[in-house]
Amino acid sequence: MTASLGNRRDKIDALAARAGQLPADGGGVSLVRSAFRRLRRDPVAIIGAVIVVTFLLVALFAPLLAPRDPLEQALLSQVRQGSIPGSQDGFPLGVDQLGRDVLSRLIYGSRQSLLIGVVSTVLGAVAGMALGVLAGAFGGWVDTVVMRFVDILLSIPGLLMAISISVLLGQNQYALMIAIAVTQVPVFARLLRGSMLAQRDSDYAVAAKALGVKRSKIVLGHVLPNSLSPVIVQATLSLATAIIEAAALSFLGLGDPDISRPEWGAMLSSAQSVLSFAPQLAIYPALCIIVVALGFTLLGESLREALDPKFRR
Amino acid sequence: MTGATAYTGSTDRSRAPQAPVLEVDELTVRFARRGEVGTQAVDGVSFSVAPGETVGLVGESGCGKSVTSLAVMGLLPQRGVQVGGSVRLDGQELLGAGDRALRKLRGADMAMVFQDPLSSLNPTVTIGTQVTEVLKEHRRLTGSKATDEAADLLDRVGIPDPRRRLSEYPHQLSGGMRQRALIAMALACSPRLLIADEPTTALDVTIQAQILEVLRELVQGSGTALVMITHDLGVVAGLCDRVHVMYSGKIIETAERRDLFARPRHPYTGGLLASVPRLDTPRGTPLTPIRGSMRDAIPWAEGCAFAPRCDSGRDDCLTEVAGSTVPLESDGSGRELRCRHPLAGPPVAGSPTTSGADR
Repeated sequence: MTASLGNRRDKIDALAARAGQLPADGGGVSLVRSAFRRLRRDPVAIIGAVIVVTFLLVALFAPLLAPRDPLEQALLSQVRQGSIPGSQDGFPLGVDQLGRDVLSRLIYGSRQSLLIGVVSTVLGAVAGMALGVLAGAFGGWVDTVVMRFVDILLSIPGLLMAISISVLLGQNQYALMIAIAVTQVPVFARLLRGSMLAQRDSDYAVAAKALGVKRSKIVLGHVLPNSLSPVIVQATLSLATAIIEAAALSFLGLGDPDISRPEWGAMLSSAQSVLSFAPQLAIYPALCIIVVALGFTLLGESLREALDPKFRR
Repeated sequence: MTGATAYTGSTDRSRAPQAPVLEVDELTVRFARRGEVGTQAVDGVSFSVAPGETVGLVGESGCGKSVTSLAVMGLLPQRGVQVGGSVRLDGQELLGAGDRALRKLRGADMAMVFQDPLSSLNPTVTIGTQVTEVLKEHRRLTGSKATDEAADLLDRVGIPDPRRRLSEYPHQLSGGMRQRALIAMALACSPRLLIADEPTTALDVTIQAQILEVLRELVQGSGTALVMITHDLGVVAGLCDRVHVMYSGKIIETAERRDLFARPRHPYTGGLLASVPRLDTPRGTPLTPIRGSMRDAIPWAEGCAFAPRCDSGRDDCLTEVAGSTVPLESDGSGRELRCRHPLAGPPVAGSPTTSGADR
């Protein structure tokens, strides 16, 4: 009897000690932190994160990781009409039709692909969120005007729009980023507006109003932070689309004209002419694009679940 | 029974001739979307609250008590709502006042505590940020001064370890603490008027008692006028000086708390009291519910809205008054009543008596 009592007391003490530790790790457990904690337990999220982080590291340390200079035409002498040397010593993935090391080009290419993906998504998200806040905060005719504008953007197919814009802005990597960013704007604008409308009449917004808080402060300080989680999720998913779209534009010859920067889409495009006898030149960059896009999508999906209020404890 | 003496004190004070803090005069609120038949949510409600007085608005869901409070605060949406009558805070007309003027008053001179403490706090922002926000807005406090004051406020409403709570998020606080934090925010600028819209409904009974205690101390300490919106007769018995019973958008009975519990006159009030469980009845005694539901109410223009559910209702409740509503008439000292056939004597056996008021 006493033993079981002592046992139970120990358990309670342990529980209490653990409860005492919880707030110690930095005062408050914020939404972001609790979402992060859930993410760490989700195998899908871990796979996505591992893929994304791996590619980020590769891009960051490309000069250290690449075995050769991606522009050096080392094996040009061995390239014949109708045959391109495959994997061999020093060239684990073989060379392309100009005798350049494919692995090194893939490694350097990750820089360009990720850069375009991240920059264009950030640009698109910022512009889209600005429109969304405008529409969601003011409502009325501002909402109508902004949303009809967004609808127009949305009604044009993304790739077609990106092509028109990059043609319009001239052929350089900034035009490419802007073109892809514009295609992302409507999604972010609609998403943020929708979730702000849902939050605008929430109890805490009314409570803040009842305390005499300014409308601008209610919108930016209360409604906006609560409307952001779908936007964060969309951003990770958009990254994947942006990378694919960048590759597509490069493939169509609308990419970065600077040949000193290898890029996956451009590699795909140039592999076209030798596809019949050297399909590996198309397969490797395509695999890279697929895996990175998959990584961001997995991460985004599990982030959506982690931030979903239905799963929040 | 320290509580009982306290009530007497506050009741006496409310009887002293003091200019009322809040005067609501013939307030009407109509929800009407274009092309639809509107709903009259509040229909000619008048009452006033003196400094230090606690007035209860009582009624079941949908009787218009919350809409009344939102109309007073100017928090009803502007589209599709018609508000009429007059609401004066310290003599200043609030209906039709500009957004800017209202914003200056809200939080500073009048404040409100809402029903659900969790959803009334922003889940993504710390308690500290939310409390200091009010101080920055109305009292121009900044930085560590605002933080000190915020901690002091939390301390005053009985939150232990206020410094730590300031850096925490709403979901880390218990229900009672959240409601205390909300009360602290409402009290930040010592408002003249505090409206509490069912502040204890989402809380369990022990916490209810604590929250009511906090509110009572506040009213007695600072002379704040308190409007208590509730459907809980226990809260009324414990806190209110005067009680207005509402039904279907109208006040149907007004009385001092003791008089109301001792001798309910309107059959609806009697029914409310009869449906409260009591400790001093023998086990197994069934409660007496009011027949039907709020949906059975008829428009006031067709007679007494409560008539279809009323046990003492007669034909003239519907016919005699056709074309004009039953008037709210004086019914003895300090009482008003809107009924043709009020309950006469003491309430029926098995229903609450005066002891409820002395709790």
